[in-house]
Amino acid sequence: MKAICFYFQIHQPFRLKRYRFFDIGNDHYYYDDFANDDIITRIAHRSYIPAAQSLLRMIEETGGTFRCALSITGVALEQCEQYVPEFIDMLKKLAATGKVEFLAETYDHSLASLADPEEFEIQVKLHTEKIEELFGVKPKVFRNTELIYSDELAPQIAAMGFKGCITEGAKHILGWKSPNYVYAAASAPKLKLLLKNDKLSDDIALRFNNTAWNEYPLTADKYISWIADTPQEEQVFNLFMNLETFGEFQTADTGIFQFLEALPRFARERGVEFITPSEAVKTFKPVDVLSIVHPISWADEARDTSAWLGNLLQNEAFNKLYSVAERVRLSDNRQLKQDWGRLQASDHLFYMSTKHMSDGASHSMFSPYETPYQAFTNYMNVLADFIVRVEEQYPMSIENEELNSLLTTIRNQAREIETLNKEITTYRLNEEHLNEEHALRAPKEKEAAVAAEAKAKPARKACKPKAAKTEAPEEKPARKPRAKKAE
Amino acid sequence: MKALMFGWEFPPHILGGLGTASYGLTKGMWQCGDMDITFVIPKPFGDEEKGFAHIIGASQTPVAWRDVSRDYVESRIGNVMDPDLYFRLRDHIYADFNYMRTNDLGCIEFSGRYPDNLLEEINNYSIVAGVIARTIDCDIIHSHDWLTYPAGIHAKQVTGKPLVIHVHATDYDRSRGNVNPTVFGIERDGMMHADHIITVSNLTRQTVIEKYGIDPAKVTTVHNAVIPLSRELLDVEVTKSKEKVVTFLGRITMQKGPEYFVEAAAKVLKLDHNVRFVMAGSGDMMDKMINLAAARGIADRFHFPGFQKGKQVYEMLKASDVYIMPSVSEPFGISPLEAMQMGVPSIISKQSGCAEILTNVIKTDYWDIDAMADAIHSIIAYPAMYKQLREDGIEEVNRITWDKAGRKVIDIYNRVLANY
Repeated sequence: MKAICFYFQIHQPFRLKRYRFFDIGNDHYYYDDFANDDIITRIAHRSYIPAAQSLLRMIEETGGTFRCALSITGVALEQCEQYVPEFIDMLKKLAATGKVEFLAETYDHSLASLADPEEFEIQVKLHTEKIEELFGVKPKVFRNTELIYSDELAPQIAAMGFKGCITEGAKHILGWKSPNYVYAAASAPKLKLLLKNDKLSDDIALRFNNTAWNEYPLTADKYISWIADTPQEEQVFNLFMNLETFGEFQTADTGIFQFLEALPRFARERGVEFITPSEAVKTFKPVDVLSIVHPISWADEARDTSAWLGNLLQNEAFNKLYSVAERVRLSDNRQLKQDWGRLQASDHLFYMSTKHMSDGASHSMFSPYETPYQAFTNYMNVLADFIVRVEEQYPMSIENEELNSLLTTIRNQAREIETLNKEITTYRLNEEHLNEEHALRAPKEKEAAVAAEAKAKPARKACKPKAAKTEAPEEKPARKPRAKKAE
Repeated sequence: MKALMFGWEFPPHILGGLGTASYGLTKGMWQCGDMDITFVIPKPFGDEEKGFAHIIGASQTPVAWRDVSRDYVESRIGNVMDPDLYFRLRDHIYADFNYMRTNDLGCIEFSGRYPDNLLEEINNYSIVAGVIARTIDCDIIHSHDWLTYPAGIHAKQVTGKPLVIHVHATDYDRSRGNVNPTVFGIERDGMMHADHIITVSNLTRQTVIEKYGIDPAKVTTVHNAVIPLSRELLDVEVTKSKEKVVTFLGRITMQKGPEYFVEAAAKVLKLDHNVRFVMAGSGDMMDKMINLAAARGIADRFHFPGFQKGKQVYEMLKASDVYIMPSVSEPFGISPLEAMQMGVPSIISKQSGCAEILTNVIKTDYWDIDAMADAIHSIIAYPAMYKQLREDGIEEVNRITWDKAGRKVIDIYNRVLANY
């Protein structure tokens, strides 16, 4: 059996506004609302919405034999909710068909997996909750930011309950191996890996409109025949790309939508099926274990993390950002936490790349800045302000551990006070009851009883939630902060 | 191929970027091989580097016949000119210039600088050019900047060889638009007579086309380059101050936009007092700038050490953390490249010609003092910014070499000669 496993990525960062150093400490709003609104609205109307309509039509017309997966970052969802809610409705419709799987990823499209396992877990959880809340399904397969993956991450991903993980399958990573099988992670054999078929994915995403390409024009017929003509044993063809491929990177006039919609018909003729990632990891047995020592991704020529952490600027920004991670987690200021998430988006680092040639072109195509130096300056200024705000909450002069135990003490004391308060109210109530009972002994027994009942009811109601809280165990002093990973 | 070049300045006796650029280009062309270059300057001092070009001094070229002995010539000007050449030149005097002020060798004196009677000196230079053009055999004539255009035109008329002029700057750059009509006239005359025009940046090319009304097909950009610095200069020793130093180096004139630097400095100092600003150089706007710094209340942090010479320049750069060139209009601007060679991160205005070829610098509009202040702050506050700009800057600037520029000029020569 041969099956195509489609997965489409949707992500838009919150782009930062121009933020000068004299704004540090004065201005705490960091985002370029106009640009963000403009970009997401444009892309949604040119690409996301028509593409979602195509997918919906394909599912309906094939009676559900066509299926695919979507992965949408939390920050993209937030922007869609704010600026193009009609797209959220489309997604809900897709979810309702039951043929579209939603993948899990980091809420903020962050590189937390490379820096801070605790943060990573929090963000994945946050994203899963958001997906469940909006679409009513719980993701089973994980897709890390930019398909970043290494042996080191696999155990944590498996521990979070995911059955499979999606990553890159470029030739220089796999060597002689084929990406068209399911693999198992070397460091967590229960976690199955789906590898992107680089060639076939890029045929659509990059080369579709390239008139200099010897296969131009690409037709659905030809494309499906490439898949059908592969050796008998090859099972699963993972076509992973951004959803913007349809309508934005490849504009509608190239015929990309017609190409997409024609795929199921030719696939049926050639006996090629469609499958979602979670079905793929359930259906196919891994043919081998795959060990990936250094982190890989789907970006740039090198397919490693150098697109975000390739130069001094990027590393400096990255390290500065995560140096306050624990502090931010201690805080319960929601505004601070929201900014913390948005500042972690890998895009900010992507704009700081100083690569040349074709990689450089792709970096500058997405960047709202003229130069990587400008990107760095702007980001660092924002980050400086953010750190000032973190420091205002918790001065840097106190060590993390000390702060931790202090905070625990405060929380425990608060809890204790609450318990004591509770007790006092119970005693007071009891006392009232006694008094009332005393009064009831008087002749007009019936009348008084009714009155007492009415009085007692609201009082009982008010103490109910508190009663539940007293049962909560005292919080233990927080764990020792986990050491940051090298790199 | 034999080229006859007319220049005004030549290292080590230079007053601005023109001398350095002429020298670098000539040497770069010589490195490409098969070039025989004669370089005419108003007044050689004898300590010029000679290996790659024959240097002829206009102040040693006779325009009036004097009966002098070989020994006498040897003793008078032997350090700068071969006596045989003197006699060869003397044989080509084409008119009687005895009415002019000539010395005992029949030569006109030149200052080689920019004196008050500059126009007279330019005219004298073109008289001398007539003698030289009649003496020296050449295939092509090349004039560097407006001071030498009349000489180039004269040489072209005498020899019938094609003329290439090299526009290092135009009067529009020097005057922020209020051009001197005489200078404009000389410049335009040179451009009209030239068979091809080389500009040092696309910015200048655009000025030549739009302001002087020249056919775009005849104007080509050849960006300047830098000469690698000697180990001695790179390793020059200075005591670095604890405070960060931001440096402006150049003539303090309207063209260089010094007031924007002062304003940006005031913005930075408002929030970060641990910085010093240096405006090295001299010029007609210096007093105004001192007043401005005082008016902004930053005089204690803003310094004017005056004109820097030779090694001092490199000491100054070495001691700096940021180099800034906020020029309003800069045809090319070689100084940021020198700063980069010394490993100093640079901020340049987008209105500078060198911005067209540099990537590892910060570019801002000259009037955008907010952006400039932000860039200064970024380099001094974020170590990674400093390091990245420094390292990539050194690597980038080392790739910008004169032989590449020289190759382009030779290609232009070939094209001009093919169509002549």
